Amino acid sequence: MQEIEITQLRTLVDIVKKNYDYDFSNYAMSSFRRRIQRIIELYKFSSIEALCERLSTGDEKFFHDFLSEITVNVTEMFRDPSFWRELRDNVIPNILLNNKNISIWHAGCSSGEEVFSMAILLKEMDLLDRARIVATDIDTAILEKAGQGAYSLKNMELNQKNYIRFQGNFSLDKYYKEENNKAVMDKSLVEGVQFKAHNLVEGASFSKFDLILCRNVMIYFNQTLQNQVLKMFHESLYKYSYLVVGSKESLIWCEIANKFIVVSNEEKIYKKVKD
Amino acid sequence: MTHFNITKTYKAIVIGGSAGSFQVISKILSSLPKDFDIPIMMCLHRLRHVRNGFVEALNIKSNIKIEEPYDKETIKRGKIYLAPANYHLCVELGNTFALSTEELINNSRPSIDMMLQTAAYAYRDKLVGILLSGANKDGALGMKKIHDRGGLTLVQDPKECLIDTMPSSAIKITEIDHVLSVNRIIDFLLELHKTCKIA
Repeated sequence: MQEIEITQLRTLVDIVKKNYDYDFSNYAMSSFRRRIQRIIELYKFSSIEALCERLSTGDEKFFHDFLSEITVNVTEMFRDPSFWRELRDNVIPNILLNNKNISIWHAGCSSGEEVFSMAILLKEMDLLDRARIVATDIDTAILEKAGQGAYSLKNMELNQKNYIRFQGNFSLDKYYKEENNKAVMDKSLVEGVQFKAHNLVEGASFSKFDLILCRNVMIYFNQTLQNQVLKMFHESLYKYSYLVVGSKESLIWCEIANKFIVVSNEEKIYKKVKD
Repeated sequence: MTHFNITKTYKAIVIGGSAGSFQVISKILSSLPKDFDIPIMMCLHRLRHVRNGFVEALNIKSNIKIEEPYDKETIKRGKIYLAPANYHLCVELGNTFALSTEELINNSRPSIDMMLQTAAYAYRDKLVGILLSGANKDGALGMKKIHDRGGLTLVQDPKECLIDTMPSSAIKITEIDHVLSVNRIIDFLLELHKTCKIA
């Protein structure tokens, strides 16, 4: 197949913006190109022009499928177990020194593995009913999946291994039942979680939190957009509360780096110290 | 010693390897002079859940410090980079890296194909691709992309590899400019270093 050129991607981005009011112009181009390539193959379009033509029709249903494919929804429970240990042993106890309750935002929650990881962690600390959790994603279809918490059994092997490395109190299978070849998570874990559509690109700050998790989401954005999102996170955090990004993401280069201090460089945990 | 008669300058070198490549890559790294300044990007198959230890092990023998880049880090001359555990390493526009947690490719994350293909896209004919010993076919499509974009392709001689699936898969699907022993790969890199210095 013909290589997709940057100019063609820009044309597509313009069409999407005009027809659906979603702006992908500041997505990282290397991964965005691959996602577009994937959609072309999946839907058997003859070229990127054919995909652009389809998007030009304003077909909302197709656009939703397109949106689901653009976003990367590969995730795992307790990814980087040492991070989850740090959260349990240091960050959360620190938050609770000054607060009775804890508010958490999973920004870009995808299929919900991190939301369930957090709920399990909090339950094992006996804190789940003191937590207000909001989980957001750009893709409403994946949010629905997150709420259902039904995962492939194959993935549960990895999740279970991560949980053991996290040194949880039990065995992960305490929290799910096998039904129709799926691992169906215990729904009571996320009963209090608010799943909500929110686009980090245009979305404004909507509340304040003690802890924001946004791990391996901004890697799909360019630096301009990363800066913009980080400003919004800064606005959405109480003073002296925490922001976590992925293990190979860094705030060093961002414009508001001086408003945060590094709590753990290894786990990329930052604390807001200036308004 | 026969020369390679390198007539062009190159902007980057990408190296892929898997089973049986650790000793090879260590030998190559220990043979490079301190002032070797064409950026090298390495993607070596590794355990997904082990973040630490690998780059430290490679650094023991290397004359140039090897780093696992952060997302959107600028690619600099005189540096050697290693794809971190459980991330794909891609070359992004504007001479930076981009990391990705997309699906496994060839059962691997990091995937060699992913790094080679994005580097070929960014550097076109100014890229050298080197594929070493390995037990699966990851990297073959990437080498094809490098060749198709006009870059230079080298593989470790399958006869010398501990496991030759990786270079052999590349030889099967694309034109390889040089099939070389490790020692000759080192000769090539030293000659490339001199050529680029003069230019």
